[in-house]
Amino acid sequence: MDKSVVKHKVGFWDVVKSLVSGAKLTLQHFLHADKRRKPMYISDENYFEQQEGLVTLTYPYEALPVPDKGRYRLHNEIDDCIVCDLCAKICPVNCITIESVKATEDIGVTSDGTKKRLYAPTFDIDMAKCCYCGLCTTVCPTDCLTMTPVYDFPEVDIKNMVYHFTDLTPEQADEKKQLLEKQQEEMAAAKAAALAARKQQG
Amino acid sequence: MALLAFVLTISLMLLIVIVVVYAERKVAAFMQDRLGPTEAGPYGTLQPLLDVLKLLQKEDIIPAAADKKMFAVAPILIFAAVFAGFAVIPLSPSLVPAGVGIGVFYLLAIISLDVIGLLMAGWGSNNKYAMLGAMRSVAQIVSYEIPAGLALLSVVMICQSLDFQEISYQQGVLMNLFPGLEQEQNWLFGLKALGFETTTVGGLTTWNIFRAPILLVAFVIYFIASLAECNRAPFDIPEAESELVAGFHVEYSGFRFATFFLAEYAMMVLVCLVAVILFLGSWNTPLPNFGPLALANWTTGTPGGMASVLWGGFWLISKTLVLLFVQLWARWTYPRLRVDQLMHLCWKVLTPIAIGLVLLAGIWRLLMV
Repeated sequence: MDKSVVKHKVGFWDVVKSLVSGAKLTLQHFLHADKRRKPMYISDENYFEQQEGLVTLTYPYEALPVPDKGRYRLHNEIDDCIVCDLCAKICPVNCITIESVKATEDIGVTSDGTKKRLYAPTFDIDMAKCCYCGLCTTVCPTDCLTMTPVYDFPEVDIKNMVYHFTDLTPEQADEKKQLLEKQQEEMAAAKAAALAARKQQG
Repeated sequence: MALLAFVLTISLMLLIVIVVVYAERKVAAFMQDRLGPTEAGPYGTLQPLLDVLKLLQKEDIIPAAADKKMFAVAPILIFAAVFAGFAVIPLSPSLVPAGVGIGVFYLLAIISLDVIGLLMAGWGSNNKYAMLGAMRSVAQIVSYEIPAGLALLSVVMICQSLDFQEISYQQGVLMNLFPGLEQEQNWLFGLKALGFETTTVGGLTTWNIFRAPILLVAFVIYFIASLAECNRAPFDIPEAESELVAGFHVEYSGFRFATFFLAEYAMMVLVCLVAVILFLGSWNTPLPNFGPLALANWTTGTPGGMASVLWGGFWLISKTLVLLFVQLWARWTYPRLRVDQLMHLCWKVLTPIAIGLVLLAGIWRLLMV
């Protein structure tokens, strides 16, 4: 163990010396104020090398680049969405709201070949609640829910933080609902008719 | 004429204060590797102006339990006390708002009124933090007036005058033009025995800190004490931004707060002006005459002429700005003192040295004639 004692110097000239060295230090920083940090990517050789000069970036005008695959704001590609509701179920902060309507007709397939059977009159993500855990993107079976490198999306009105991803207008959604009801009524009627016929036979 | 002097002084003071407020923010930022204000105007130069406009728009709040008369008078009194100090500051060989013969004495007296304003603000707010802050401020200012006063006294003893303008004339090539000083001579380091006359050399050699080198020590003492008198870091215990709320002006808002703010910065400017006038050659040029190279004469002008007003103002203000920079520099370099360290420095270090200096200044004066 190092037993040398650190001598605490309190003599007049020691005080003067320490005052001068402190003043020198701040003056050096002041004199190097003409140098500035550049918006460079983390892979840049000099990223951790800056020893002197101002470190602030004037943010909205200049910003440190983020990775191309940065995982920040959520985005849902509704054309590829099969409205399975898995993302809403796994979300720890319940920021995804989904409402689904069964399709009455064939509505095609997603880009990876999965058959789509549901419409989504509501597919809302509340970005103000989102905690960027990324769980929803991992459970998404068709990879339509992804995180994008966009990280700067403030809003003046908090209502605008709720992003609507549905591709249906409210009228269209109503129409689909009515179609489904009609189909179900027809099916129920057909079933009742079939039941009645069977009873007569029996 | 009096009105002109008033308008001139107040606009000059406001101009310098605005420059200092801006410089404070920029210097602080640069010393901490930040950018400082950049948005308002080119390089953020309009920032202090906009700050003032913002303050003026704010609601003027007077606490219900405050002593309303005192609360209202305090900021005006403090500002008036500081601003009255500017009256005796000579700006150039022929330009001085009020050329009174006892300028130094008047200045010390009028600035002391500041303390009453502080107490009024602290007491009138009816707030225990404001009261404590005011008492701390007052204790500090009253204590530090002693070494500051003694340091100024040693200058007065060397110069044998209380008139700022006379002291200014003594520190340059124009000395013999001042009524009453026609026969005076300046000697190198003030020592006639050296036999090197500097009356016509001027420049640095006739500044008070060279006429009597012991005044260099007095200058350092005065500068430290003046930092404490304007409650500036490292002696900003009463206002300690990072620890307390704001000291005596915690209850003030809007225009009244702006007045305090202005008075504080005006005080900084004033103490630096006094330091420049009494120690660093006032409005005199730092360039001496070298035989045919009459740099001092070229950069002084003749009293009464426009050139002398401009040169005088230029040298006075640039020296003041340098000292103000040192104040900012100290603020962003040194940590705050503890109350006991503050009082130790004042009573056990600065005051005894200053008393010794007064004695030495008397002896030095005997060597000068």
